[in-house]
Amino acid sequence: MADASTSSHGDLILTRITKTFGDFTAVDDLSLTIPEGSFFALLGPSGCGKTTTLRMIAGLEEPTVGSIFIGNTDITTKKPYQRPVNTVFQNYALFPHLSIFENVAFGLRRRGIKDVKEQVEKVLKLVELPHFADRKPTQLSGGQQQRIALARAIVNRPALLLLDEPLGALDLKLRRQMQIELKWIQTEVGLTFVHVTHDQEEAMTMADTIAVMNEGRIEQMGSPAELYESPATAFVANFLGQSNLIRGVVSSSDGDSQVVTVHGQKISLLKERNKSESSSVVVGIRPEKIRIDLPDVETKGNALTGGIVSDVSFVGVSTQYVVEMPWKQDLMVFEQNDGGTPTLRPGDPVSLSWNVPFTFGLDGSQDVNAGAETDEID
Amino acid sequence: MNQAPIPTLPFGRKVSRWFGRNLIRIYAVFGFTYLFVPVIYTFAFSFNDAGKSNLTWRGFTFNNWKNPCGAPDVCSALGNSIKIGLLATFTATILGTLIAFALGRHRFRGRSATNLLIFLPMATPEVVLGASLLAMFLAFRINPGFWPTVIAHVMFCISFVVVTVKARIASLDPRLEQAAMDLYANERETFRRVTLPLVMPGIAGAALLAFSLSFDDFIITNFNSGTLVTFPKFVYVSAARGIPAQANVIGSSMFFLALFIVIAGQLVNRKKVR
Amino acid sequence: MATRASTFSGKKGRLPYLLLAPGLLWLFTFFVLPIINLAGTSTQTPVIGGDTGQYVQTFRFANYIDAFNASREQFARSFIYATLATLLALAISYPLAYAIAFRSGKYKNLLLVLVIAPFFTSFLLRTVAWKQILGESGFVVPTLRALHIIGPNTTLTASALAVVTGMTYNFLPFMTLPLYASLERIDPRTLEASNDLYANAFTTFRKVTFPLSMPGVVAGTLLTFIPAAGDYVNAAILGNPNTTMLGNVIDSRFFRIVDYPTAAALSFMLMAAILILVTLYIRKSGTDELV
Repeated sequence: MADASTSSHGDLILTRITKTFGDFTAVDDLSLTIPEGSFFALLGPSGCGKTTTLRMIAGLEEPTVGSIFIGNTDITTKKPYQRPVNTVFQNYALFPHLSIFENVAFGLRRRGIKDVKEQVEKVLKLVELPHFADRKPTQLSGGQQQRIALARAIVNRPALLLLDEPLGALDLKLRRQMQIELKWIQTEVGLTFVHVTHDQEEAMTMADTIAVMNEGRIEQMGSPAELYESPATAFVANFLGQSNLIRGVVSSSDGDSQVVTVHGQKISLLKERNKSESSSVVVGIRPEKIRIDLPDVETKGNALTGGIVSDVSFVGVSTQYVVEMPWKQDLMVFEQNDGGTPTLRPGDPVSLSWNVPFTFGLDGSQDVNAGAETDEID
Repeated sequence: MNQAPIPTLPFGRKVSRWFGRNLIRIYAVFGFTYLFVPVIYTFAFSFNDAGKSNLTWRGFTFNNWKNPCGAPDVCSALGNSIKIGLLATFTATILGTLIAFALGRHRFRGRSATNLLIFLPMATPEVVLGASLLAMFLAFRINPGFWPTVIAHVMFCISFVVVTVKARIASLDPRLEQAAMDLYANERETFRRVTLPLVMPGIAGAALLAFSLSFDDFIITNFNSGTLVTFPKFVYVSAARGIPAQANVIGSSMFFLALFIVIAGQLVNRKKVR
Repeated sequence: MATRASTFSGKKGRLPYLLLAPGLLWLFTFFVLPIINLAGTSTQTPVIGGDTGQYVQTFRFANYIDAFNASREQFARSFIYATLATLLALAISYPLAYAIAFRSGKYKNLLLVLVIAPFFTSFLLRTVAWKQILGESGFVVPTLRALHIIGPNTTLTASALAVVTGMTYNFLPFMTLPLYASLERIDPRTLEASNDLYANAFTTFRKVTFPLSMPGVVAGTLLTFIPAAGDYVNAAILGNPNTTMLGNVIDSRFFRIVDYPTAAALSFMLMAAILILVTLYIRKSGTDELV
């Protein structure tokens, strides 16, 4: 009989995990600790290694190097059925030949639990599908299947619940609804959730902590706000939301701020928000933080002048401007459509301004295009 | 007020349009008719009041159906075919399924050699399969008969079972087995509760295929059965002097039985999905 | 594969071999060994002064040449008939498979069953039925004679035409089903795209549908040609002494004129010829996954 004592609880600790497939390194020397009871997201583009990491936690892959602990228990070499870990698969993987009841009861039965009926009914009520017990998976819609897959995993009260892009196949509205429900269930039940996704909005909505992964490594880990407002690398700055990244050189220092020269213009940057250790720095500012005005308007804080509007897109909530700067770089500006700024037109000369603290600085060797959307349309 | 008439195609154009779209359907009707001609003929002549030679129509009778074993040797031939078929199907299905699982779910060395060995019997003419086996039996002083026939049938059915079951295994989402293991089922339980039930339709199909191949086989059987008469052999031998109408009865019954099984299987499948 | 292996292999590395052993052993004993034995027989010669059926191994490769010379006609005939039957089967089956794949709507499954259904009746009963239908007492010949399509003395049975027709008929499902399977896989939107890009129906077929159905064509022609080349039942029932195929010769050399070495040599040459043709054919059409 499988020994999957859910008594082994604790933080999930991955230490120096590496996974190679032949010459290809999917996960590269990755270490991370996921606190018990938190909602943790592994975020990154396709092929970054997040799913491989998840599968190693589940036991469906074995790490080439490294160890995995839950609390004090070493589960690195344990088979999936020996770990107190359950997975919600991307395509739900409901057993087509079993009824919904038997699907949800599957884990309980394997562990020899007695009062199966009661537990299954309780968890079906939790996912709001109480009368579906006798149906078959093929009779359910995508959203319903997803909730049954969740129920099937949760009913076992695992130390860790892994979700592999569970909302990928749902349409937008349903996805939004499920994001809220998943978050609610997690706080209700108190399990540790590890959620793998490539959708940065989803991660920011649901997770307490996000680890952004790229090419097998963690770029940055922290709360959604931390990652968004203080990205450590260009990849994170571009992958979460959008960023304007401009190369510059630190020209002088004054107390707790520095002055950076970008293409002849001067920008102030708080020292504590500058992650660069040399004088070469990439200055970043998010498009929604920028005010766009005609050149004669008085500006406060940082300002960049000499830009010309090259594109205007009305997106309902906001108007998105593409501004071509004198050094031939396009900067993005998002203005909320709250009547504050008159709409500008392509060809209008403009100046951009923003509050100094919003500026962040990255190491000068960063590739300013890392993590930006290329051909991948999500 | 004055509306222009809605333009319609001239009749000739309409006809040719209809033909163009339905030409292939018309062909299909002819095609299916062609397929069923000998079947209908066999069925019709099973009602012939034939006596010894079922060549010309003498009169309608139910006697053949009431007394299907009336003609000498028909039923013993049928019995032999069924016995051989069941034995061969049972053995070949088991052996073939084991191989299919090895190929579909495991890593091992010699995969291409195995694939070749499975493929070759299907690519070898039945004459060669039958003759070579007979020659070997004779070399070991084993006379052709019941058991050599069973052995030969198992031999040529294995490949078909492997191909059928392997295809079914390949269509099985491996994530279902991973989900089972994730839910505390070890390898054996996963196989018993998830893999096997889902592969079973493929195994059943393979068994049906093996049985029909065995039952209908003539050439290999002819070489290896000696004096034992199977149903196809009986038909072949009596073709010269006239096949008794009872053989038509049996042939038609096989047809209806098989048709029933296939359609029933499809309905059961549809109910499961619903 | 790496994923599955990592959850299924390990200590049980022996398991696949245990699974393979019984079946492969059976095939080895009752397929490989007999073929090897046949190879041995093909070079034997009769014992001088011995009973019929007694041979001694003399490695007489000339057996092959003798056998070929004696049966050149049947050799040619087998391959010609098989090719004709295959081409006819392709011509008849393709539109049928096309109709089922694209024009059958909700009857698709029923039609598939109907394609296989006739073949639930015994193969021999069907062939004998054709013999009787096309024979003097059937309805076809008198009708054709009445319509003056054939002369009063022409018969349809006991002819090469009957043999090829019989072969074509009997191998139809082997051609139709693979064709259907590969036509079925074609996304109809590909055909719509072709029409959108100015191709008429015929061009669409020629440039899109047919090339995409090639795997089915290859599989179907192989599944038809290989057994057809070795068939002799159709020739025996529907033919005459001038339409004997290689299979008939091998059969008679085993049972009537007891001459095992010749029979063995002929069998090998048949196998070799088929294998060569099949390999060339597959190379040319480029499919590699056979099993």
